[in-house]
Amino acid sequence: MNNRRPYVRSMDGWWKRDPYFIRYMAREVTAVFVAAYAVLLLVGLVRLGQGKEAYEAWLQALTSPLSMVFHLVVLAVFCYHTWSWFNIMPKTMPIIFVGGKRLQPGTITGTGLAASVIACLAVLFIVRGMS
Amino acid sequence: MAEAEKIIEIEVLRYRPEQEKEPVLQTYKVPFTDDMSVLQGLQYIKDYLDGTLSFRWSCRMAICGSCGMMVDGKPKLSCKTFLREYYPGRLRVEALSHLPIERDLIIDAGDFVKKLESIKPYIIPKEARTLEQGEHLQTPQQRDMYEQFSSCINCMLCYAACPQYGLNPKFTGPGVLALLHRYNADSRDGGSAARNELGYADEGFWGCTAVGYCSEVCPKGVDPANAINQNKMNSAINYFTRFVTPGGAGK
Repeated sequence: MNNRRPYVRSMDGWWKRDPYFIRYMAREVTAVFVAAYAVLLLVGLVRLGQGKEAYEAWLQALTSPLSMVFHLVVLAVFCYHTWSWFNIMPKTMPIIFVGGKRLQPGTITGTGLAASVIACLAVLFIVRGMS
Repeated sequence: MAEAEKIIEIEVLRYRPEQEKEPVLQTYKVPFTDDMSVLQGLQYIKDYLDGTLSFRWSCRMAICGSCGMMVDGKPKLSCKTFLREYYPGRLRVEALSHLPIERDLIIDAGDFVKKLESIKPYIIPKEARTLEQGEHLQTPQQRDMYEQFSSCINCMLCYAACPQYGLNPKFTGPGVLALLHRYNADSRDGGSAARNELGYADEGFWGCTAVGYCSEVCPKGVDPANAINQNKMNSAINYFTRFVTPGGAGK
């Protein structure tokens, strides 16, 4: 005779159960914005291939108020994307020893964030220098 | 002057398969002192209020891993969580999330134990040694490669924290994969090829999406998310090199 009847609970709405899961889902969603912006840049490349006028029209479209708002939203999302991914980066790395001491997660995250800031500034200066 | 007796309400998710179709909440008023853990609160209920309440416990000092439960929605060891933290409010105690409830606060650990056995959680020596050869020596750095992962007490809090396990119970899960890595990362061990067949499978490391909550709730600082995710690179390298390395495409 077996009176066991294990009860399996539903997973519906699991990501709303804990703020930790909401932050995780937010991190995952940011990847959609990154992909969307990559498509936007690819469109620019296609327009460039179509000639000067087409490219100028694309550039013009980017200056519309709607595009400005979109860019501000994307900027905020990208900042969260960068922070959240470098925040999880230490979890993806093997244990590293530097000078006999274990490299701390904060150092890995900090180095990643610093590298992305430097890369952004470098791109900004290069573009400024060209225009 | 003696302090007035404090009373806290503990809401417990009850499930008695012979009388309930699904779990129901039951509230108890428990007198407590500041040094009382949630586990002691439950023991008070069992001893003085309702002897039918079922829960697991053993050591009362965060080493046996028996008393894991959801306390106000967070996976906790009830012996290491104190009632005073929830006073003057109330607290809700439920069986660990993502695991089938056997009765009241007791979950069915069968799946976890089966998975734990499957990864061979013991050292498989690289080569046979005789007694005359003495002990295996290890440098402090070699020990540091696995030591934190060896702190696991099999409490399953990380399973209650892992939505991927909740969504797909075939996923080997954080605790077992952390132990898999613990033995693979040990310089004395030679069993990684056999373990990685499980680790590199779809239900292994790749079932993890780096939510990271497992490491947050671990009462022993094991960091399962790190154990798992550092192996994804190894698994990817293995996938692409298995056809060119001798014996690599074996399975």
